[in-house]
Amino acid sequence: MNRAPLLLLYLNVLVIATCGLIYELLAGTLASYLLGDSVTQFSLVIGVYLSALGVGAWLSRYVETALARTFIEVELALALLGGLSAPFLFLVFAWIEWFQTALFSVVFLIGVLVGLELPLLMRILKEHLDFSELVSRVLTFDYIGALLASLMFPILLVPQLGLMRTSLLFGILNALVALWGTYLLRPILKDRGLAALRGRAMLTVGILAVGMIKADTLTTIAEERMLAQPIVFTEQSRFQRIVVTKSSRGFQLHLNGHLQFNSADEYRYHEALVHPALSTGPPPQHVLVLGGGDALAVREVLKYPSVRSVTLVDIDPAMTDLAMNFPPLVELNEDALRDPRVQVINRDAFVWIGETPRRFDTVVIDFPDPGTFSVGKLYTTAFFRQLRTRMTDESRLSIQCTSPLVAPKSYWCILKTMRASGFEPQPYSVSVPTFGVWGFAYATVQPDQRVPSQLAELEGPLRFLTTEGLRAMFHLPSDIAPVPTELNQLNNQILVRYYEQEWSAADGL
Amino acid sequence: MACSRRAWIAATLGTTAGLVPGCAPRDLPPAGTLLSPNVVAGHWIRDGRLDATRSGGRARRAAVVIVGGGIAGLSTAWRLRRAGFDDFILLELESQPGGTSRAGRQGRQAYPWGAHYVPVPMQENAALIHLLEEMQVVVGRRADGQPVVAETQLCRDPQERVFVEGRWQEGLYPALGAADQDLAELERFRQHMDSWAGRHGEDGRRAFAIPLAHSSRDPRFLALDRMTMGDWLRKHAYRSPRLRWLVDYACRDDYGLSVEDTSAWAGLFYFVSRIRLPGQPSQAVITWPEGNGRIVQHLTDRAGPAVHTGWAVHGITQSRSGGAEVRALHTTDRTAAHWQAEQVVYAGPQFAAPHVIDGFDRQRSADFRYGSWIVSNVHLRKRPPEPGFPMCWDNVIYGSRSLGYVNAAHQTGRDHGSTVLSWYYPLASLPGPVARRRMLAADWQDLAALTVTDLQLPHPNIAGQIERLDVMRWGHAMVQPRAGFVWSRQRRAAAQALGRVHFANTDLSGVALMEEAFYHGIRAAEEVLAARGHPFESMLTFVPHDC
Repeated sequence: MNRAPLLLLYLNVLVIATCGLIYELLAGTLASYLLGDSVTQFSLVIGVYLSALGVGAWLSRYVETALARTFIEVELALALLGGLSAPFLFLVFAWIEWFQTALFSVVFLIGVLVGLELPLLMRILKEHLDFSELVSRVLTFDYIGALLASLMFPILLVPQLGLMRTSLLFGILNALVALWGTYLLRPILKDRGLAALRGRAMLTVGILAVGMIKADTLTTIAEERMLAQPIVFTEQSRFQRIVVTKSSRGFQLHLNGHLQFNSADEYRYHEALVHPALSTGPPPQHVLVLGGGDALAVREVLKYPSVRSVTLVDIDPAMTDLAMNFPPLVELNEDALRDPRVQVINRDAFVWIGETPRRFDTVVIDFPDPGTFSVGKLYTTAFFRQLRTRMTDESRLSIQCTSPLVAPKSYWCILKTMRASGFEPQPYSVSVPTFGVWGFAYATVQPDQRVPSQLAELEGPLRFLTTEGLRAMFHLPSDIAPVPTELNQLNNQILVRYYEQEWSAADGL
Repeated sequence: MACSRRAWIAATLGTTAGLVPGCAPRDLPPAGTLLSPNVVAGHWIRDGRLDATRSGGRARRAAVVIVGGGIAGLSTAWRLRRAGFDDFILLELESQPGGTSRAGRQGRQAYPWGAHYVPVPMQENAALIHLLEEMQVVVGRRADGQPVVAETQLCRDPQERVFVEGRWQEGLYPALGAADQDLAELERFRQHMDSWAGRHGEDGRRAFAIPLAHSSRDPRFLALDRMTMGDWLRKHAYRSPRLRWLVDYACRDDYGLSVEDTSAWAGLFYFVSRIRLPGQPSQAVITWPEGNGRIVQHLTDRAGPAVHTGWAVHGITQSRSGGAEVRALHTTDRTAAHWQAEQVVYAGPQFAAPHVIDGFDRQRSADFRYGSWIVSNVHLRKRPPEPGFPMCWDNVIYGSRSLGYVNAAHQTGRDHGSTVLSWYYPLASLPGPVARRRMLAADWQDLAALTVTDLQLPHPNIAGQIERLDVMRWGHAMVQPRAGFVWSRQRRAAAQALGRVHFANTDLSGVALMEEAFYHGIRAAEEVLAARGHPFESMLTFVPHDC
């Protein structure tokens, strides 16, 4: 071999080293993201990777013939395994008990393959160089590659490409180097099977390229599954993906990947949501609950002996079925949906509110956060005005309005929109460990500056709220001050845009 | 045989180059019908086959007979009633009124068969605001006099999206994959249109106003009519293919014509007439699940028993002694009848006028050209799952020859489950007579396959969700504002009454818009009221000498 291919082979070493370290960093980052505790995760991943390098190096002695061919085969295997490692690990995360096994198997295999590569390459090159030069050159390029990888990974790759695409991109790079190798090492490769080898290399590039194109879809699927606990129930209804997970701190409900409640602290949220409206003014009789198919708000409503009817409107029958038939949830909501006073209506509240002739003295709104247009319409002046016509002059309302700390514009936009729709909203907030500081509003339809200050006589105890606590919720901390916003209207759903901006900014922290 | 015939139809009607419905229609919907206006009766009138039919009975009498029950004719009826004048009847050829604004309904879901929105009118369009107030669509006035439209009557957000590079994105402009030059040109175009919105002619009028009759007659502006919109784009060095697509889409959407055939005046009219003041967004859009069928229903209800459907009017003769005779044949029971009227409002299209009105000089409307449209209503069991921006009211496919679809359930607020997609396809590239012949040669399978193939582009699995697919073939869907026509002497003279026969139709404006049909309906009604000496206060803020 002449000098030019030699230099190119060193370049090969550089790429191999970069790819190897990138795969290792990916695995470490993924493990920290998904399992938390990054010190432990990185330490374990590095340990396993380094020991696997040793195993690979040791195994290289058993390769006696067809050095060049084996080298390229190893590179292809590494390209496929490393390239698909991040997508694969994201996807298996749903089966939590297997995740660590999968993670360390992947890291170990990658380590072994990388460990095989350098000794093989050095043996290929040893014919052409003296030993000291060989070792110095190869190791120099190896370490330069490592430096490149460790710099690019946090500065360029993760912020620009994300984990999924980084993994696939370096897989492609790896496979291209293998393909290139079939030309560089042509003089010492046998003719037999050369075309097949190149074909496999191209196939590998193709597979990874498809992965690259589909990366967005993969991420969506993976994120839906990226819930921090084992899944105990999952259903794709006509409207949403319902997932229940379980942890040592109780169980959690997720809709479309968004956490709705944690059984360990949901009482704080639901007591705060329901009681200000139901404990104030004349005893509640006919109560409307919008959203809240988990029946946890209904559980609180039924603690009022004066209540004669509860109408629960939730779009998804799968959700209310779960609330009636899934034992842990039935236990948590105290079988509220089987109470004879409760009527369940599975309709889109937006459509239903325009059709119902009934009127309600108390309304509790527990819709999901306004993250999509189809939910955002339920926070518009059009909806609130229609709702107003279904209430009397003495009616009271309470509503969850997302986090005023994370999403102040969204929060104040909801209150402003209610005010423009004939309501007198009063802001209040409460701390729910699972969510952080959460925002609500209490509203009357008559101008009334008084805030709820008494808890009514209830059947059944409260775990969180006291009279003092009730009053305290209405003392607005200074970091939750009103901000100017536009109105959320049906023909201009500004709230969905605020919400998207504010929560994606928060997720980026 | 069937195969080659279908391939031939597919080649002329295909939605995208190289993508034609195959021979094996395995993805065809399980049910559907092929609809069209009453072509048979229309051709009877055209060929003079009804001229010999005479009713034996005595002439019926009405002070005013309105011929044609589209938006124009119905608006005439509405205006007469608003003036307290009730002695009129309206004769409509089809079995339901509305013309190309008619709607259909299945179960709880209504859907349009044609025109489906109206931009919020500006203060100056007083007559239309009166109507929209009566419909409780306009619910008040702002301090500056501009109308306030009820929130639920405006198009719900998100309004429109475009399918480009394999995914949906918000808005009409295909920004995904656009280069910096594309975006710079789009911005230049927007500013260009914005500056036009502030321009007034020597006569003090807006360069482009709705109704078109309110626009300035400044010759500098009218000169734009002599070039095509394609020429105009080239003249102003707009070269971005994406901008060109946007403008072409606009021309096909509003006029059923390609950018290379559309008058530049009409092209600018589309963009500029809806911007009230420079720096403001285009006027918001008013729409309903059934499209402008909502307006048809309101006007029909107001006209009450005066509306008679199924009457093919084949003769209008003015007598020297005063008065006019209107002869018609009922299309289903084949009874003949004639009316003695003092005034007639011919609210039919100009192309049919020579066949209906005695003494109507064929040359008077020789330059009026009409385009054909196919409209499919696709009934879905449930909505297709899809990536990217969620389903909007208007859903456009970049690069397709169709105009995409409107989701009829959008304005009902239902975001899940069954819906009807109204899919629009103008035969923009063929000359009218050729397009009509080919369209009428196609059968339901051809047109259903055309529709499904186009919808499969953004929704590969949609075929399995379709319950039924009905197709409407509109032979003369729209008058075409070709270069040179909009401000031609012929077009401007066409609205002038012929003795006791007054004219009302959107084609008199050279563009097919609800506002234009309505304007001519009101104008013709007020001509009649004035001719009869009936007291009224004009709703028209400005009556030009020509139209």
